[in-house]
Amino acid sequence: MTDEKTPPEPGFETRAIHAGAHPDPATGARNTPIYQTTSYVFDDAEHAADLFNLQTFGFIYSRLTNPTVSVLEERLANLEGGRAAVCAASGHAAQFLTFFTLLGPGDEFIASRNLYGGSITQFGISFEKLGWKCHFVDPTDTENFKKAITPKTKAIFLEVLANPGGIVVDLEAVAAIAKDAGIPLIVDNTMATPYLCRPFEWGADIIVHSTTKFLGGHGNSLGGAVIESGKFDWAQNDKFPSMTEPEPAYHGLTFYETFGDFGFTMKARAVALRDFGPALSPMNAFNTITGIETLPLRMERHVANAQDVAEFLETHPAIDWVSYAGLKSSPYHDLARKYLPKGAGSVFTIGLKGGFDAGVKLVEGVQMISHLANIGDTRSLILHPASTTHRQLSEEQRIAAGAGPEVVRLSIGLETASDIKSDLDQALKI
Amino acid sequence: MYPDHLLEDILKRVRTIAMVGASPKWVRPSSFVMKYLQGKGYKVIPVNPGFVGKEILGEPVYANLSDIPGTFDMVDIFRNTAAAGAIMDEAIGLTEAKGISVVWMQLGVVNGDAAKKGEAAGLNVIMDRCPKIEYARLFGELGWGGINTGIISSKRPKLRA
Repeated sequence: MTDEKTPPEPGFETRAIHAGAHPDPATGARNTPIYQTTSYVFDDAEHAADLFNLQTFGFIYSRLTNPTVSVLEERLANLEGGRAAVCAASGHAAQFLTFFTLLGPGDEFIASRNLYGGSITQFGISFEKLGWKCHFVDPTDTENFKKAITPKTKAIFLEVLANPGGIVVDLEAVAAIAKDAGIPLIVDNTMATPYLCRPFEWGADIIVHSTTKFLGGHGNSLGGAVIESGKFDWAQNDKFPSMTEPEPAYHGLTFYETFGDFGFTMKARAVALRDFGPALSPMNAFNTITGIETLPLRMERHVANAQDVAEFLETHPAIDWVSYAGLKSSPYHDLARKYLPKGAGSVFTIGLKGGFDAGVKLVEGVQMISHLANIGDTRSLILHPASTTHRQLSEEQRIAAGAGPEVVRLSIGLETASDIKSDLDQALKI
Repeated sequence: MYPDHLLEDILKRVRTIAMVGASPKWVRPSSFVMKYLQGKGYKVIPVNPGFVGKEILGEPVYANLSDIPGTFDMVDIFRNTAAAGAIMDEAIGLTEAKGISVVWMQLGVVNGDAAKKGEAAGLNVIMDRCPKIEYARLFGELGWGGINTGIISSKRPKLRA
């Protein structure tokens, strides 16, 4: 060891701009170039063999790696305080890569029931066709996770700040349950972003993102990411043969032994991404990298505007309730202060006194706010989950997920706050 | 934690590496590391008593460090933590005769007693790191795999051969 001082780690804002991106070695280009290429020449046959065998680092084909996408991957791994990341075409694709790498037929996992509606469908219906069983639990009592664990359980999944309902899950408590069970805790950190919450600091093992939302931030590019902390011991039990036993899809390579603390990322890339193909395009990676450079500034304004609009709506005569963890009235206010001290995000739900019909009138009556199915845009967005994102669920599932008939979801953007409030006010009066 | 400049200095200074625990099976981690380092211009001498007289990746295999003819700059220990102590002792005994200046223990190999002895003998000692990963991290390749290098720089990277 050495007595010399290590320089202090650069701040979040510095890393949001610089991590993963150095000037282009060939040209000196300072901004990250869009490497719009499918494939990369080999130096010779030996170099090609080394690359295919994963014996050296480099590029073969953009389904596996691409220099523009690599910059985004390293930046996300850095901002989350993780070891490594692999990007995918969407958040859903990132979740598929994660679970394909973890599970085999007959395996089970536990998920919070308060998730983005698309995740509930992916886990509950589509994954079941692959032999992966998801058990949903109410996350507001963390003991529910513990009670649902069986010998077949291989992971716990949750959204720390849940979409759509303004619920904050007690991350540290669930991380302790997962650790006791010897299984990884996977956190979807899309709604918070690493600027507001860094789940690895509370004991999570894997983070997934839809980079489409606040990270990209401008509503222009789909994308997803899987990030590993590098701290999970895959060899502590016999639950993860895909990490600890020779991989037949890779000439008998043992990923954990060979790649250590970035073995999960290597496996997700070299097997799941290679064989199923949901690669992120370099153009979308470029847009997302550019978005992340202003993430800290945007998130500050997103949460300030959301707080302002939520407080305005809380006293509005047409509104029954506002579910935003930034409000003192929220039962999740204390958890938000613990896990999201810079602000409780900018997506929340409101309950209209007029029920389903009032919800439809509001989403149709707004003039500046956009009625669409996305969150985390510069623009303010509005949606009636019961008739859109959560439509495929049963009435009971909708209510459990915080998407009942009277519920409208807002994603507060970066416009002038008073303009957002007056647009909502005029539409609520229709 | 080892400062980046220390690791960079070692990897630039060292040219010849004795790898204790090198495996003839190409799918083993030691083979991945040996092949990569060879590709970066290092001479890697495999040490494995079970394969004396054979070759690994074109290099003859020796039973132990003292059997290696000529000098070498670094010992890379690809054995478990318990075995690392005896290898360190052998390396310390050969420091002058063989010109050894670095003993590097692979990822997962953490032997504090051995490290103290080596440092007291004037060696640079690195533990729980992989020279392949550190080389790739410091010279611009590791990030290609989406791995967090922790490096922030506005300088154009100079890739080494």
